[in-house]
Amino acid sequence: MNKHTLSVLVENKPSVLARVSGLFSRRGFNIDSLAVGETENPDVSRITIVVNADSSPLEQVTKQLNKLVNVLKIVELDPQQSVQRELLLVKVRADRAQRSQVLETVELFRARVIDVAPDTLTIEATGNPDKLDALLRDLEPYGIKEMVQSGLVAIGRGSRSITTGPALRAA
Amino acid sequence: MTRPTPETLAHRANPATVAAAASSAQAVASPVPTSGAGSLVRSLEALGVEVAFGIPGGAILPAYDPLYDSKVRHILVRHEQGAGHAATGYAQATGKVGVCIATSGPGATNLVTPIADAYMDSVPIVAITGQVGRPYIGTDAFQEADIQGITLPITKHNFLVQTAEEIPRILAEAFHLAATGRPGPVLVDIPKDVLQAQTTFAWPPALDLPGYRPTLHPHGKQIREAARLIAAAKRPILYVGGGVLKAGATDGLRKLAEQTGIPVVTTLMALGAFPDSHPQHLGMPGMHGTVPAVYGLQKADLLIALGARFDDRVTGALESFAPDAKVVHADIDPAEIGKNRHADVPIVGDARHVIDELIAAVSASADGAGRYESWWATLNDLRERYPLGYEEPDDGSLAPQYVIERIGELVGPEAIYVAGVGQHQMWASQFIKYEKPGTWLNSGGAGTMGYAVPAAMGAKVGKPDTQVWAIDGDGCFQMTNQELATCALEGIPVKIAVINNGNLGMVRQWQTLFYDGRYSNTELGTHKHRIPDFVKLAEALGCIGLRCESKDDVDKIIKQAMEINDAPVVIDFTVGKDAMVWPMVPAGTSNDEILFARDLRPDFDEDGLA
Repeated sequence: MNKHTLSVLVENKPSVLARVSGLFSRRGFNIDSLAVGETENPDVSRITIVVNADSSPLEQVTKQLNKLVNVLKIVELDPQQSVQRELLLVKVRADRAQRSQVLETVELFRARVIDVAPDTLTIEATGNPDKLDALLRDLEPYGIKEMVQSGLVAIGRGSRSITTGPALRAA
Repeated sequence: MTRPTPETLAHRANPATVAAAASSAQAVASPVPTSGAGSLVRSLEALGVEVAFGIPGGAILPAYDPLYDSKVRHILVRHEQGAGHAATGYAQATGKVGVCIATSGPGATNLVTPIADAYMDSVPIVAITGQVGRPYIGTDAFQEADIQGITLPITKHNFLVQTAEEIPRILAEAFHLAATGRPGPVLVDIPKDVLQAQTTFAWPPALDLPGYRPTLHPHGKQIREAARLIAAAKRPILYVGGGVLKAGATDGLRKLAEQTGIPVVTTLMALGAFPDSHPQHLGMPGMHGTVPAVYGLQKADLLIALGARFDDRVTGALESFAPDAKVVHADIDPAEIGKNRHADVPIVGDARHVIDELIAAVSASADGAGRYESWWATLNDLRERYPLGYEEPDDGSLAPQYVIERIGELVGPEAIYVAGVGQHQMWASQFIKYEKPGTWLNSGGAGTMGYAVPAAMGAKVGKPDTQVWAIDGDGCFQMTNQELATCALEGIPVKIAVINNGNLGMVRQWQTLFYDGRYSNTELGTHKHRIPDFVKLAEALGCIGLRCESKDDVDKIIKQAMEINDAPVVIDFTVGKDAMVWPMVPAGTSNDEILFARDLRPDFDEDGLA
């Protein structure tokens, strides 16, 4: 099984997310991560889905997605040809004795401290899933009190855009 | 009792034209002030709707006021499930979009089964439901149900209308979506306050479906590739599914078959797409298919699948299905291609265009009839050795197959036959000869018991001059016979042949074969106790009730029923309970394991192909 990143352009309407996510569970697929937001065209939203699947069932689910009336376009983003990012917020135990070591790790991963309390630091980091995993591994020994992670968002490299074309005329 | 005959609108010769016809054949309406409900009814009129099946209730009530004055005929059913299946029967018999209406909450949820049924069989229906007013949505209000959420997985698309202004556009979109591409059910849920709001109605609206672009015309390269495989094949089969009927491609299919000399099988959803009497027709494939059809698929070196979806009831155990065959798979729905079986040549397109282009492509390469001589010799030998048939019951009871066979013989191929689900359905598929498209309606994918009576009602409304016979079982009949009251009052003279074996016959057959004859909960008491008495029940529902218990009376009673045209007729054919449907491929096994009769496997080894 391989991870695949699908960029799904949809009409920005109520119920569309339920249609898309429901289709995955109905057809027996697990979604690893999902992120939704408006695009440069307010009538169009972009859903980025990471799914674990072999290529032939993935083709089936892509075809089923394409059948949804509100789905405008689906592109699979090759990790080599795209930039992929997640956002991580993590609250780490860091009393005075540990603080400088934690800050060193933050520096190393080019993360940022966004909140400070006497015994914790809250850190913000963006990056691809591998980098964030590595950061978490390094922070783990200090004690992670809480963490929250966004779904992955991704965009193709180069000047080409997937959000143009006749399929995406303003709704 | 005379009722207005629904006028036949010729607006939907094929699915692709419906939208154009809906918006262009109707007069352009300049904006008029009206309510949301008025806008709904005017939209239905503008779309050419001649009949809607439904039941009013609180949330949908505003719509029933303008409907009172409308030229749209509303048929008041007794249960919303009846409305849904009637819309389906109407759509399958006429090719037009069927319409059903229900109120919010339980009214809407009662439509769930027929919507799921229409989804599985790709039938174009539009369901209109009332919803609680917008301020109450999400508050668990009286008769509130999230019918949009509930029907997400069983509709081609659904809408929750937000403003009265968008009603004409959404209705036009709903009809367009239901009828074009791969047809299917569409639900439009309208909150009560939207129905009551003031708006203006104008027609035609502009459709706004940027993500909906069905592919109708196949790719020329794929057609040429298919023609190349056809030219090279030694044991090809045309595997024909319901898509061929929906595309109106039956003339083309016949031409293609005759031009190439390739044997044809038609699935349960495609009966009538190719004449049963045609010498190239091997019958129906699948769990209860004919031996030559099942065996033909198993031994073929090329399957040309047209509007069929490799359903598990056709393929049996998938890994052993047609092991030596290459596959050309043509369907209007790209998601069907390669879903269950890899396609060597995938073709996305409307079956009519695909077949027309295949005809042109193979005529350039075909080398005439007679090229499949040894293939035909094998298949003809199987036809001779393993014809469809049945044994007379040795307990002296009436054979259900005989009853169904006689109905087919006496009523003839012009009539429409509508089956429930179970043994009687399979026998009706086997022992009635279908010669024309649109003469066989059944619940194939969903297998909905109770389909027959309301679907026959809908078919008769759509084709008032055609005889409509429901072949039903005593189990199925008890699920939806309340619609006979509707038929009696609305002047819809259907014939219902209840093949009454006193049991849930197909389940009993499985208990006989796979559960050591332990008949857990399959005895219905319609024989032993005559509860209900179907003749009395029919009469109570305003129908003529007849009973037939012996072989000698079968013809006489069928003829008697045929002569009654001013009331629905119910015939209780009291038949033996031990008859079984053969041939049979036991569920989950390979098609190679087909049984011609109990414990009797056809001898495939003799012909050297096994």
